[in-house]
Amino acid sequence: MQKGLNPGAQFAQGRWARILPGLLLLCVWQVLALALESKTLPPPSAVLSALWQGISSGELLFHLGMTMSRVAISFTAAMLIGVALGILMGGSKNWDRLLDAFLILALNIPALVTIVLCYIWFGLTETAAVIAVTVNKIPMVAISLREGARAVDKNLLQVASVYRLSRRDTFFKVYLPQLTPYLFGSARNGLSIIWKIVLVVELLGRSNGIGFQIASFFHFFDITGILAYTLAFALVVFGIEALLLRPLETHLNRWRT
Amino acid sequence: MILLDVDIRRKAYLSGINVIEKLAFSAQQGEFVAIVGPSGAGKTTLLNLIAGLDRDMDGSIAFHSGQGPQASPRTSFMFQEPRLMPWLNVQQNLELVLAPQSRRHQVAPLNDLLALVGLPGCGAMFPGKLSGGMQRRVALLRAFIVEPDLLLMDEPFQSLDAPTANQLRVLLQDLWQRTRPTVLFVTHNLREALSLADRILFCSARPCRVILDLPVDLQHPRAIEDISVQRMHQSLLEQYPKLLGGLIASSPEISGA
Repeated sequence: MQKGLNPGAQFAQGRWARILPGLLLLCVWQVLALALESKTLPPPSAVLSALWQGISSGELLFHLGMTMSRVAISFTAAMLIGVALGILMGGSKNWDRLLDAFLILALNIPALVTIVLCYIWFGLTETAAVIAVTVNKIPMVAISLREGARAVDKNLLQVASVYRLSRRDTFFKVYLPQLTPYLFGSARNGLSIIWKIVLVVELLGRSNGIGFQIASFFHFFDITGILAYTLAFALVVFGIEALLLRPLETHLNRWRT
Repeated sequence: MILLDVDIRRKAYLSGINVIEKLAFSAQQGEFVAIVGPSGAGKTTLLNLIAGLDRDMDGSIAFHSGQGPQASPRTSFMFQEPRLMPWLNVQQNLELVLAPQSRRHQVAPLNDLLALVGLPGCGAMFPGKLSGGMQRRVALLRAFIVEPDLLLMDEPFQSLDAPTANQLRVLLQDLWQRTRPTVLFVTHNLREALSLADRILFCSARPCRVILDLPVDLQHPRAIEDISVQRMHQSLLEQYPKLLGGLIASSPEISGA
């Protein structure tokens, strides 16, 4: 009996442990806002109603959609190129030596510099925006995947070689599964960084998206609006983590005991 | 009919140390050859060369399979560790080494084969859930499922407890009787070699070469505790007390025909 009950109880406990800090933060925020009565700190209720207004008018969803599509495109491009580069550099010492200096340089150039340069070179266009974000993220993916590629188990590759597996099977069934922890690491870290850079890109040179909206709220000192958009944003991030990344990771790691 | 002709003049590590020197032997089709020598003698290196995992050597390794002298035969390799892909379940691990066209037809017999090696209904299990002995069974089945002409085995039962190792040796002989591949079985356990092989090649310490080529004219299948095996073991060590250390103290040329 106890065995049957325990997992459910644990599940509920885990869920509460995730939600509780959020609720606590909300309470503190509300109390502080009421106590200070400051224009610069609106209470959560005002932010929620602004959020609801934004959603029902469709404005927030439009800008969120624009930002999301930029995030999706640059994330995909950065992951593909970064993974390829990381595998190349982790697998071959020559490539590693050749590209290492570039990688370190790219990793340390401020995001703002790349963004401004892209806008100058390619114009204030969508392409320039996406390129700027992608270029900012590639080196981080490459660094992480290079570590992964260096740690690949040569013994398993010998098995693939002896049994004459096709290149495709060797890559997808022997090689790539060893990189999953690194892939998830850089996907998580990548999403968070890309969100941030996309907003800056939008603020500097786009006429829609959350970054653009936040810039205009800033001009009007509309802190409620800024917080409402940030909240919308946070909800999307949690949604991606809970509905996409975590289930996928659990599925891919089901063989681990 | 000869399947394999090995004639290695010299194989050195990158550090310049000679691992193998003037090692030559050939193996008949369907012959079970054990290779016995002190540890560190270069036996694993020899198998890697024959498997084509390492090609850096001075000498020749020729195959005479049906398709002409140069076509390398279908080869299986059972390593010291089971080397199953931990993220694939047992069935997927076995399907991985089968050619794509034979995968579809294989599913039903695959269950039969699992039952044959004592793992009925274990197809959906991940290797991490299996004991060491069960993992070897899967690895052994994987080695036979591709119907190899040549099976290389590198101390495959070394790290198992004695009863488990005995069971696996029985299973190995059983599977070997079915398809009769040529087997090169590396071990430093003389009793194990005597209980399995048609012929034993004794190696010297590094650099490795053959110091004694001994036919074993005992009936198959045998067990390690058989009196005939014990007797042969004893008389061999009486005749060559330093044989397992890689030295032939008495007359060096007794090689059997």
